[in-house]
Amino acid sequence: MISLPSFVGARLVRALLVIARSAATRQSLYSAAARFAPRFLLLSLSVLLPHSASAASAPSGDPIKLGHYGSLTGKDAAFGVATRKGVLLAIEEINAKGGVLGRPLAYLVEDIQSKQGESATAVKKLISRDKVVAVIGANASANSLEAAPICQNSKIPMMAISSTNPRVTEVGDYIFRICFIDPFQGAVLSKFAATTLKAKRIALLTAVNSPYSVGLSDVLRQDFTARGGEIVAAQKYNEGEKDFRAQLTAIRPLKPDVIAVTGFYAEAALICLQARALGIDVPFIGGDGWEAPQLIELGGKAVEGTYYSTYFSAENDAPEVRAYTQRYLTRWNNEVPEGVSALGYDAVYLIAAAMTKAGTTAGPKLRDAIAATKNFPGVTGNTTIDAKRNSAKAAVMLTVKNGRSVFFESVTP
Amino acid sequence: MPKPHLYLLAALLAALGISHFSDRIDPYHLDVLTGIGINIILAVSLNLVNGYTGQFSLGHAGFMSVGAYLAAAVSLFLGPKLLGAEGGTALQQGGMFLAALVAGGLGAAFAGLVVGVPSLRLKGDYLALVTLGFGEIIRVIFQNVEFLGGALGLNGIPAYTTIFWVLAFVALSVFVVSCLVNSTYGRGFLATHDDEIASEAVGLNTTHYKIVAFVIGAFFAGTAGGLYGHFKMTITPTGFDFTKSVEIVVMVIMGGMGNTLGVVLAAILLTLLPELLRPIAEYRMIIYSLLLIILMLVRPQGLFNFKLGKAKT
Amino acid sequence: MRAHHLPPESLNPQLSTPLSEFLQQLLNGLSLGAIYALIALGYTMVYGVLRFINFAHSDVFMVGSFIGYYLGKHVPESTVWGGLVILLAAMLGCALLGMIIERLAYRPLRGAATLNVLITAIGVSLLLEYSGQVFFGATPRTFPAVFPSANYSFGSLVISSNQILVIVVAALLMVALQLIVYRTKIGTAMRAVSLNPKAAQLVGVNNDVVISFTFGLGSALAGAGGILYALNYPSIDPLMGVMPGLKAFVAAVLGGIGNIPGAALGGLLLGTVETFVNGSQWSTYKDAIAFAILIIILLFRPAGLLGKFTVEKV
Repeated sequence: MISLPSFVGARLVRALLVIARSAATRQSLYSAAARFAPRFLLLSLSVLLPHSASAASAPSGDPIKLGHYGSLTGKDAAFGVATRKGVLLAIEEINAKGGVLGRPLAYLVEDIQSKQGESATAVKKLISRDKVVAVIGANASANSLEAAPICQNSKIPMMAISSTNPRVTEVGDYIFRICFIDPFQGAVLSKFAATTLKAKRIALLTAVNSPYSVGLSDVLRQDFTARGGEIVAAQKYNEGEKDFRAQLTAIRPLKPDVIAVTGFYAEAALICLQARALGIDVPFIGGDGWEAPQLIELGGKAVEGTYYSTYFSAENDAPEVRAYTQRYLTRWNNEVPEGVSALGYDAVYLIAAAMTKAGTTAGPKLRDAIAATKNFPGVTGNTTIDAKRNSAKAAVMLTVKNGRSVFFESVTP
Repeated sequence: MPKPHLYLLAALLAALGISHFSDRIDPYHLDVLTGIGINIILAVSLNLVNGYTGQFSLGHAGFMSVGAYLAAAVSLFLGPKLLGAEGGTALQQGGMFLAALVAGGLGAAFAGLVVGVPSLRLKGDYLALVTLGFGEIIRVIFQNVEFLGGALGLNGIPAYTTIFWVLAFVALSVFVVSCLVNSTYGRGFLATHDDEIASEAVGLNTTHYKIVAFVIGAFFAGTAGGLYGHFKMTITPTGFDFTKSVEIVVMVIMGGMGNTLGVVLAAILLTLLPELLRPIAEYRMIIYSLLLIILMLVRPQGLFNFKLGKAKT
Repeated sequence: MRAHHLPPESLNPQLSTPLSEFLQQLLNGLSLGAIYALIALGYTMVYGVLRFINFAHSDVFMVGSFIGYYLGKHVPESTVWGGLVILLAAMLGCALLGMIIERLAYRPLRGAATLNVLITAIGVSLLLEYSGQVFFGATPRTFPAVFPSANYSFGSLVISSNQILVIVVAALLMVALQLIVYRTKIGTAMRAVSLNPKAAQLVGVNNDVVISFTFGLGSALAGAGGILYALNYPSIDPLMGVMPGLKAFVAAVLGGIGNIPGAALGGLLLGTVETFVNGSQWSTYKDAIAFAILIIILLFRPAGLLGKFTVEKV
């Protein structure tokens, strides 16, 4: 039996001789090669085929287009960029494992530049030109509210990331969110302050240019007063500000048991720093807006012993969370994942799971599958999409101890 | 321009025609077109104040926001009462929308009066800063008014804006501004710009012209705001901040101050440019600002100023 | 990690009275005002010499903070000499940046309409902000504690060492500035150019050099302001200069634009008023109040508190 290589070798030699002869007789090289091409092709394929067996699970076929809109530039860029990293990581992981229904996921992102008016254009582009089957975003409720009617009218499912204003999902049945809502979180904080911290008098610090903070403060105030507590002070500030000594000086003589800061981590850290310097040493509490490594980096000793509510924590010892944190660190150059990255990550996986369950990648069936999600094991917690299309997740209170956020207790209002 | 009213009529008919075929156009393109239209109205209205009358205003977005909020308030709060739960017929909705836009424009015009009167004595940089200040004050007020949504703003505004309305108002604003400055009365604006003291010396009431410029400019900015609100369906106070005013000013500068056609072209270019630069989203604003600097260094009379000789600034 | 801002042991909040609260607010206001004053000085100097508002000034301030942030990694924390090195480095870096901007973006437009230069300034400002976002990243960074810091208390009055540092450094820099402007040759040249550029050239002043120097000086002050601001409010991000910049400009106008002691006075006044408003129930109108002050001043006393009103000659 002649071995394959020598068989091919012989053919090759003959082909070369023919080409040489054709060159000598000025016959076109191409027509000479053309005569041998079909056999050549078959032979080369037969040589090459045994080596390509290992990549069988690579997803193939038309990519499934997932759209993402968020602020990649401008003042909200920190949140948008972090979300994008979580989303991208999830998509890359899913594609490495064979995609969804055998097809790869394609990622299309639009920058809304932290500007009003851009979300509408961004989703219109994603939906009508790029033909995405689902949209992820946005972080701020104002932006989600802008894009939601468009997604609803085009019947494309939208998964808001960290928009906690209840009105977002009320726009229509194609609008979902992966985070919990302000009324839930406000109630959590109120119960925690009243029952665990045994506070009777709270001072409230609200960021008035953040609808998230305003919403959270409103619910906290209502719930706490309903429990018999008293709001001794309601001071206001603007996100982006740095000096809160004036407000804290005004709060100091009223001697509250607890001070609640319902805004984001940068201001919360500065508030704690300045409060401690002014001699205010009561506990501080806050919402998921506090969750970021910068809280501890900036706040240092001043944030020790403060509490905040969130879905889960990167400090969490649960194996899935630790594995996710490790993968994120490897992928993004040792940047610790923020809350919104984890939410983006879960959003992708939840949609992918829904697609797999529905057996389809678009349309009303996808929407129904997303709406029917129960006990989805996300890194931000075990998630169920409830009747109002919000994520029912447990809330946990974390506290800062020895420079780390550690689990304190789980709260259900 | 002989018989400008005919041009206006023709433009309105064209607007009607285009909107008839609007469902054949890609929604994203329609979106961009609507955005272009709104920006043209803003730029042309600002051009009356900055370009022709020489009053450098950096608070135009404030007038836009007054118009947007007022028009949205009319649609959201008065609309259901007047049109009933069903929403009314298309004609009724159209009428309501027109009323909302006019209300927004008038409110903005009043704001223009409030801003214009105190600013009369100021010139150049000082005027710019005062108008900027007014713009910021308007923003802070809206942020604190709970009834108008506070920090979250207003959402769920009915989507009344169609390409017809936008093009109609583009035609209207260009018509009004062009006719105004090309009339005998309108020479007063240019005179005020060129040399205020000389104008006063020959008996021209520069105060009157400055106020008129502010009021009319603000009116159209208000209607643009109303159109914007019913287009995006959501408005927030921070969306109408200093950055937005700067964007409109850049359009006027790029078009050549006091050059309506140039300003229209600049508005089109500066709306399309960010869309075209979408793929490099992160670097988009860097390129935009570099473009601004280079433009000022190389062609300060504006990109589209085709007047012979040194253009007036 | 910041380990310094602990409550002082001698603090007794029980002693707080309306008077002590008032004094506390006053103190807060003065330290905030000192920072506004430093930034305002840059605005006022450039306006005095060139008659235009350098919109990019607030972003030079931001760059100063970031210079301090990056250098702070190579310098030991909480040492006086380390802090001084950072301060000087930021001032030098910003001076250089200011001079480069002037040379590339403003000088070619000298003699052109002021509005063109204004637009260019806006362009430079936007360029710095957005480049900062791309290169530094948009997430806020924590500024290291480069100077040793502690909190001192008198009854229920608390003042941090960083606040004292701001007031002292700002005062020293202002005095230095006055000396430069009124006691040196180049200062005289600056004053000459601000009075009449053409006449100054006639008597042999090199306008280009003087203007470059003015920009460098103003930017160095902005850089110092950036470091001091970041020490007191350790969260820095590329857009941090926008609001302080606008407020500082209001302060400069309040004091009389072109007038150096005026900028200082304006800064202190604005900082104090803002702090008192911040502690009251109208705190969210704080930004509006700053602009309202601007408008009122420009309408009723456009020369500012310490400025001289010049009549426009026909």
